[in-house]
Amino acid sequence: MREIAIVAFAQTGHRRRTDELSEVEMLMPVLHDVLGQTGLKTSDIGFTCSGSSDYLAGRAFSFTMALDGVGAWPPISESHVEMDGAWALYEAWVKLLTGEADTALVYAYGKTSPGEIRDVLTRQLDPYYVAPLWPDSVSLAALQAQALIDAGDTDEPALAAVAARSRTAAAANPHAQLSGPVPAGDYLVQPLRTGDCPPVTDGAAAVILAAGDTARGLCARPAWIRGMDHRIEAHSLGVRDLTDSPSARQAAERAGAFEIPHGLKGMGGAPFVDTAELHAPFTSQEVVLRKALRLGDDVNVNPSGGALAANPVMAAGLIRIGEAAARIHRGASDRALAHATSGPCLQQNLVAVLEGES
Amino acid sequence: MTAAPSPDVLRAPLVVEFPFTRSLGPVQSAFLTGLRERTVLGVKTAGGGVLVPPVEYDPVTAEEIRDLVEVAPTGTVTTWAWNPAPRRDQPLRTPFAWVLVKLDGAATALLHVLDAPGPDAVRTGMRVRIRWAAEPTGAITDIACFEPCEREDSGAAAPHDGRFADPVTGITTPARLDYTYSPGRAPTDYINALAERRTVGERCPSCRKVYVPPRGACPTCGIATAERVEVGPRGTVTTFCIVNLKARNLDIEVPYVYAHIALDGADLALHGRIGGIPYDQVRMGLRVEPVWTEGGRYPDHYRPTGEPDADYDAYKELI
Ligand SMILES: [Zn+2]
Repeated sequence: MREIAIVAFAQTGHRRRTDELSEVEMLMPVLHDVLGQTGLKTSDIGFTCSGSSDYLAGRAFSFTMALDGVGAWPPISESHVEMDGAWALYEAWVKLLTGEADTALVYAYGKTSPGEIRDVLTRQLDPYYVAPLWPDSVSLAALQAQALIDAGDTDEPALAAVAARSRTAAAANPHAQLSGPVPAGDYLVQPLRTGDCPPVTDGAAAVILAAGDTARGLCARPAWIRGMDHRIEAHSLGVRDLTDSPSARQAAERAGAFEIPHGLKGMGGAPFVDTAELHAPFTSQEVVLRKALRLGDDVNVNPSGGALAANPVMAAGLIRIGEAAARIHRGASDRALAHATSGPCLQQNLVAVLEGES
Repeated sequence: MTAAPSPDVLRAPLVVEFPFTRSLGPVQSAFLTGLRERTVLGVKTAGGGVLVPPVEYDPVTAEEIRDLVEVAPTGTVTTWAWNPAPRRDQPLRTPFAWVLVKLDGAATALLHVLDAPGPDAVRTGMRVRIRWAAEPTGAITDIACFEPCEREDSGAAAPHDGRFADPVTGITTPARLDYTYSPGRAPTDYINALAERRTVGERCPSCRKVYVPPRGACPTCGIATAERVEVGPRGTVTTFCIVNLKARNLDIEVPYVYAHIALDGADLALHGRIGGIPYDQVRMGLRVEPVWTEGGRYPDHYRPTGEPDADYDAYKELI
């Protein structure tokens, strides 16, 4: 299999609102940042893929206007997914694996502030039996949290501890929106308090992928993608076990998270990673993912603060992969698991395993 | 956290609203028609489990499933969440619990709401029953909500042929999302200048093209535009079409001409309506100027200036 690595990552300083910026104005600085890190020009990029959703800001075909920030002339090889940018990264990775391109630019943005994100996300649900009830994203996450509490997997103090640990870690992340001491707050939808929920965020992120020696030439310590996979569960919440995430576990297995890396001795069972960036917008979802992915206490989970510190919808998953890669770039991690989710209650999950060379 | 909107940027309410009309498969049709008749149907999988709400295909095997059964209007809460602040389109106006309910005879749970006095009155495992809507239409909202009940599990599902008079074959679900729209810095400058009857574009620092209207970036170079350049007010028709369809909510007689107009000094044509000239006399190269109406924030239309037509070579790159 062709060797593909993440060679650059950039993200905005995430904020509650960015009224003074159009989407392209918000996105362009991170595109310039990753191009600047690698010295590449738009014309050097073999494939460009983006992730976003027009529903967030209510702006039709916003992704075509976002392309203005790329400089797509002469015409470039380009694609877009109406999903988190992690899935755009997956498409770009496959494109590079085929050998059709040696470099790829992946970006994602979410301007969540113009709309009511809790209501907007109801439009992704089953339109026959569920969407007519308008169950908002916090309510669905709260149903999952209560199921976890009933199963004895967590309790409210444990959830508050997830929030506190995430936002304490975020104090070292200059891009974070919420960091340091954040009150647990009142119930938004019981059992979830405001502190268990992500902030509403405007933000963007970009990543550059490169193959083989091209990657080695662009980055001192590339973050090699050893495997990546995504899996989805049934859309009906009532047929799923909300306390588990078999799709996340299966994606991790297929991405090689549980395989012993070359040159290492050890026991199977737990993933051989020192770091995990989990896309868990709600505290309760981290509980599900830790259990499903069998993460031990020795794994550094969400050193960036995760989506609880900044949640630009459609970019927050890509940012998890970018944060994990950036730790490998600067030598703070040797092998990391990065996860992204989509849909209600962790319905769909993507896992990538990233590695640095010594 | 800076939650306050910045004062200098334009903003306006934006409502995106559309009714989705969807046709139903045979299982969905039977289920929703059943709700109209106050009968809850499930569907049996090959493994013998009963799915409520029923689907057309087995979520595990993808096999087509059509074996319908009737289940009870009573059931057990499998998980819940207390919503103290109902949102606009949610089923109840007063605080309520979201619930997943496993109806008696079903193997899976249905998402709906529970009317209860408070979170202390709700727990996983509690017994509930359907409260039917007063005026059923053949939709999931024919279940108005669930309410607590004492009745014991009424047991197994009974076979049902799924046949009803006048079956529901489709649903129409309205969807409305409300936004507060801000156009960003460059379009804000453009719109503010238009209100003063000036047209302001932005020049790319690299290729020197002047974009009107500006969107903040040069789409060719992928860099920010910032240098403001006033263009027009006169311009040249680069191409046009004759519109014969009368648009709804538009008080303009057909036929009329809609044109691409390159304002003097702009490197991109914008579009506008041409008036003040019979539609069949509009031509490429026609020189035009904007016509403003009292209080208008943008030109109502463009009319001929009376100048000689522009030479083709002068605008051919802007077509
Ligand atoms: Zn340019």
